[in-house]
Amino acid sequence: MSKILPAGTPAPDFTLHVTPDQTLSLKELRGRPVILAFYPADWSPVCGDQMALYNEVLPEFHRFNAELLGISVDGVWCHAAFSRDRKLHFPLLADFEPKGAVAKLYGAFRDGDGFSERALFVLDKNGTIRWSYVSPVAVNPGADGILEALENLPK
Amino acid sequence: MAKLKVPVGPADHVQGPADAPVTLVEYGDYECPHCGHAYPIVKALQKRFGRQLRFAFRNFPLREMHPNAEAAAETAEFAATHDKFWEMHDLIYENQQDLSNQLLSDLAKRLRLDARELARALESGEFTGRVRKDFSEGVRSGVNGTPTFFINGQRHDADFDLETLARAIGESVAVRNA
Repeated sequence: MSKILPAGTPAPDFTLHVTPDQTLSLKELRGRPVILAFYPADWSPVCGDQMALYNEVLPEFHRFNAELLGISVDGVWCHAAFSRDRKLHFPLLADFEPKGAVAKLYGAFRDGDGFSERALFVLDKNGTIRWSYVSPVAVNPGADGILEALENLPK
Repeated sequence: MAKLKVPVGPADHVQGPADAPVTLVEYGDYECPHCGHAYPIVKALQKRFGRQLRFAFRNFPLREMHPNAEAAAETAEFAATHDKFWEMHDLIYENQQDLSNQLLSDLAKRLRLDARELARALESGEFTGRVRKDFSEGVRSGVNGTPTFFINGQRHDADFDLETLARAIGESVAVRNA
C-alpha cells in the first residue's frame, strides 16, 4: 500500500477539471474544512459504493461546513455520466492529465494499477491535513473515520 | 476493523433469544437488490443456528439511489408500532421487485393494518426520525453500503453468501462457547 501524506502536512494545492469547461483549485476552498476522497474508478458495480454512500451522508458533512471532493483518474465525461447516474450532489475531479498527478502528490497512486488508492484526507480550514487514511482497494472505508476527523478539527 | 457503536437494545427489531451467543445485525435498504438477495440467506442462517443466533435489522435507506427505500423503511416502522415489524419486513422483501407506495399500502391491508393511517404517517414523516437515527448511527459504525452485517459487533467485510456468513457466525459461536 502507498505511503500517503500524514496528518500535519500542508495539503499540496492542485487545479483539476470538475466539468469539461470548469476547473477547481483546492486553495479556492480555504476557510472551510475539505474532504478529499481518492477512489480507484467510477462505475463500481455495487449498491452503496463509496461515492454513492458519501452522497447520502453529505448532510452530515455539511453540518461541519465541510466540502467533499471525489477524485479519480477517470476523465470529465466519464465523471459527468457517473455523477448523473448516481445523482451525486458533490464534485468529482478528473485526475486525468497527466494521469494520477494529484494522487501522486498525495502519495495515493498505485503504480502498477494506474489508478489511485482508496485514500481519504480531511483538511482543516487552513489547508493542513488533519487526518488521512488508506483503505484496502476492495474495502469501502465508509464515512465514520471522516466524521470523527471532522469532529476533532480545531474550532 | 469497524465496530458497531450502538449495541442491540430495546429499541431494536430483534428475532432470537437475548442470550444467544451470536448477534447478527444487518443494516439494510428495502429497495437494494443485494439486500433482497441477502434476505433468504439470513432466513437460512436463522434456521441453521436456531437459538444460538439473534438477528436485528436496522434501516439504511439509500434515498438518492432508491426512491422507494425510505417509504418502505417507514412502513416497516409503522408496522412495528402494531407489533408487525417482521411480517412487514418479510413481505416487502418478498415483493421487492414491485416496490411502490401502492404495494406498501396493499401490504398494510394484507396485515390488517389501517392503510389510511399508514398514508398519514408517511405524509407527516412520523417515522422519518427513527429511520434517520438508524442511518446516522450506521454511518458512525462504519456501514459502507447495503447490506452491511455486524457479527457480535464486528463489521463483516467478507462476502455475504450463506457459507461465508455461516462460517463467520460459527467461529463466533465457538469463541463464545469456549
